[in-house]
Amino acid sequence: MAHSYTPGLKVLHEAKVHKDRILPLKGEVVVKLNDAVKPDDIVARTHLPGTVQMVNVGNLLNIDPSDVEAVMCKPIGSSYTKGEMIAETKGFFGLFKSNVLAPIDCTCEAVSAITGQVVLRDAPIPVEVDAYIRGTVSKVYPEEGVVIEADAVFIQGIFGIGGESRGELAVVTETREDELTEDMIKPEHAGKVLVGGSFLSLKAYQKALRMKVAGIVVGGFNYFDLEEILGYTLGVAITGSEDLVTSLVLTEGYGEIRMGSRTFDLLKQHHGKFTSINGATQIRAGVIRPEIVIPLDNADLKGSTNVSQVNEGIQAGSLVRVIRAPYFGRIGTVISLPPELQKMESETMVRVAEINIDDEVMTIPRANLEMVETD
Amino acid sequence: MAGKQLKMILATDCGSTTTKAILIELTDQGYRLKTRGEAPTTVEAPFEDVTKGVLNAIMEVEELSGLKILDGDQIIHPMRDDKTGVDVYVSTSSAGGGLQMMVAGVVKAMTGESAERAALGAGSIVMDVLASNDGRLPHQKIERIRQLRPDMILLSGGIDGGTVSHVVELAEILAAANPKPRLGQNYKLPVIYAGNKKAQKDIEATLGEITDLDIIENIRPVLEVENLGPARDKIHDLFMEHVMAQAPGYKKLMTWTDAPIMPTPGAVGSLIEMVARQEKISVVGVDIGGATTDIFSVFQGQFNRTVSANLGMSYSVCNVLAEAGLENVLRWVPIDIDEGELTNRIGNKMIRPTTVPQSLEELIIEQAIAREALRLSFIQHKSFAVKLKGVQQERTISDAFDQSGSGETLVDMMELDLLVGSGGVLSHAPRREQAMRMMIDAFVPEGITQLAVDSIFMMPQLGVMANIENEEMAESARKAAVEVFEKDCLIRLGTCIAPAGKPKPGSVILTAEFDIPGEGVKTVELKTGEIIVIPASYQGIKAKLTPAKNMTMGKDRGEALETEVFGGTVGLVLDGRGRPFELSKEKALRIENLNKWSKATNEYPDTDMLGGN
Repeated sequence: MAHSYTPGLKVLHEAKVHKDRILPLKGEVVVKLNDAVKPDDIVARTHLPGTVQMVNVGNLLNIDPSDVEAVMCKPIGSSYTKGEMIAETKGFFGLFKSNVLAPIDCTCEAVSAITGQVVLRDAPIPVEVDAYIRGTVSKVYPEEGVVIEADAVFIQGIFGIGGESRGELAVVTETREDELTEDMIKPEHAGKVLVGGSFLSLKAYQKALRMKVAGIVVGGFNYFDLEEILGYTLGVAITGSEDLVTSLVLTEGYGEIRMGSRTFDLLKQHHGKFTSINGATQIRAGVIRPEIVIPLDNADLKGSTNVSQVNEGIQAGSLVRVIRAPYFGRIGTVISLPPELQKMESETMVRVAEINIDDEVMTIPRANLEMVETD
Repeated sequence: MAGKQLKMILATDCGSTTTKAILIELTDQGYRLKTRGEAPTTVEAPFEDVTKGVLNAIMEVEELSGLKILDGDQIIHPMRDDKTGVDVYVSTSSAGGGLQMMVAGVVKAMTGESAERAALGAGSIVMDVLASNDGRLPHQKIERIRQLRPDMILLSGGIDGGTVSHVVELAEILAAANPKPRLGQNYKLPVIYAGNKKAQKDIEATLGEITDLDIIENIRPVLEVENLGPARDKIHDLFMEHVMAQAPGYKKLMTWTDAPIMPTPGAVGSLIEMVARQEKISVVGVDIGGATTDIFSVFQGQFNRTVSANLGMSYSVCNVLAEAGLENVLRWVPIDIDEGELTNRIGNKMIRPTTVPQSLEELIIEQAIAREALRLSFIQHKSFAVKLKGVQQERTISDAFDQSGSGETLVDMMELDLLVGSGGVLSHAPRREQAMRMMIDAFVPEGITQLAVDSIFMMPQLGVMANIENEEMAESARKAAVEVFEKDCLIRLGTCIAPAGKPKPGSVILTAEFDIPGEGVKTVELKTGEIIVIPASYQGIKAKLTPAKNMTMGKDRGEALETEVFGGTVGLVLDGRGRPFELSKEKALRIENLNKWSKATNEYPDTDMLGGN
């Protein structure tokens, strides 16, 4: 049976979700294997080396670089507080001395006899990694971090901004076609993850920021409005490090596009549940998509999704979404996958799929289809 | 010494998404491409072994050629008989993000630029150029080094015997940052020192312990000489030893190949350099990909390469929009389109990068973006390919003071003989006329310029073949690379004939006579603002080109030129739009002109149906 491997975004009602929680540098893991953790629990911590300042003591004291070490007040490796003298010349018979003061609280790391530079390092910066989702510690990488496992609803978005966030899920539009408008965002939504339908305007997002909404999941947003939020034009889709109160996850793309029915229905079904989201997106080799994770209670478990099945790719009967104009956003069922190349209106020769969209048969390049992975 | 005559050559290119294999055979007509195969690259999880993708691509070659090349998971080489094995196997690689380097020099416009040129020439992506005078404070530089995590660092600075303190200061900054390599956490970062000889001991003392330091000849031993060869060779060695050795499966792949694995762009560059040298011509090669655009050029015998890291057709398509401006993209589109909707469409291409244009409108927009990506990349290339900076070129001391970015560019469009395009948007354009138009509009060649596209992007494999150093094989492999490049790799589009100068409206700017074999003499008058296409296949055509008094074909204004030109799948394209070429600012006229040129060149099926007129 013909099939085609086409990327798809996961919309899973129940899946074993594994999240790596790894330190940027080696440090200490503070939880144990099989520990139950909540999203805000710290699982590992470390210290990043402090920032470095270089002070050219040779130039400042007008002495030869090779003499710098001799005028340092303390040996290499010593600590100084801000404003403390780090080097002083002998002067003439004890007079006309010049000195250099520490610009920050620091440790002297090196003194160069060639350039006269003194390397001063700021205090280490503590870094902590939390659990992000509710679950259990399923693996420990000593000194590096852990893996948190949870049975959860798992939904991937297509694009997002802002990093990890969490809060109670609140579906605020009636249907998946509705726009999430400014007036729907209320003070009581502070700290919550809101779900809208087809679109979110810039004004509505700005209101969400003011209301300290934890996150928004919506079908579409205007590409050109991102500049207003980010302060720069987004040239390549690598996001996640933005310092935004409200993380944003788009499930469909740019523009006004109704949210996929299965995505919307699944989110609606879990209205009120505690949810973790991450807007981080990286569209390059090693792609990262934004995600929505809703950990499930034991009582909610019905048997997890067979992931191998959904990874089989497009075949006759598959539910697919068109991801490029002129039929962008339409959802249909694959009728057949003809093997021969076909000429499109653009005269591009491509492999196609015949799709039934609202009882109309359309021929669409397979590259322009996305599997709707459901369970 | 006459080497071995190679009968069958197998070469692969392991890209970030696809591994492509080509099989070259010695036939009665010389070396020819026998077949090709491809398979997904298997560097990332769940496979994490590049050789699996290589074997899959070779298996496709086996099936198509009927040859037995594999014995289990071993490539049979040398050949056992006419049906079993190959004589040579070579490979290039850009998987896992290619080679990412950071370079440093004392003066940004001098040793900094020389180091950048060496790194780019070796096929790397230059993530940043650190220099004593780059305006950043030491702690800012340290932060930057820490963030970037390059694969290796090339440190240069100072002429031999000059002051040492500046370059040592750079080394101290590196030491303070204590950078970690991108791959292989347990390895020290490779650092190449190619600066002032006098500072070698101090550099060793500063960086010897914490990095994997290699000290080589100065990249700039005296002001007037740039010595890039040793740095490029060392980069290639370290690429093999460190970067490739860390990537999954590469250790195994390295034992299979008969020559070192080269970074893909390094191989393409060396092929273009070789072709230019052999044919004594000026060449520009461009590879426009999803994320980046590489431009290679050889002018006056000097090779240059630039990578426009964020100008591409999918992953970085929005960056083209940001850098060029929507207005500049839209000026190539002969239809009215809502700007907000257009930016959303382009944004959607970025987040779903593998989609293809189904409608004509989508294709026109995509090709408009390609024109701007190519144009911007070429602007960057022109400002980088400036005089002096080639290998061993000497100049007088007085010239040496001009060597900043403001130095005179080597790129002379009137001198350019051959423009080669590759990358999906050019190589796979539904009509070859579209590729030709995109390249003419973006590069604006002057005088007489041949244009071609790389049919299936096999320049990397041919480049690594041309670089085989084994004496027994080198000559034959090089011959194979050149012959296949000429016969199978390039699709000759034709020649662009474009008089330079500001043409007067309505006047004849060029009178051309072409003696086309088998068809007789054709005389054409080219008027201002016109494009005329004369169909002619790839063969030598005697031409007499007489420009108007205010126009030039490379000689004095108005002076006729008798020469030979070559046709191709498109033919001879006479471009009467003048040089410099500018589109009309007036919308109706611009759209009218775009449609006129499109019809003249048979570029699109029929744009009238899109409602542009």
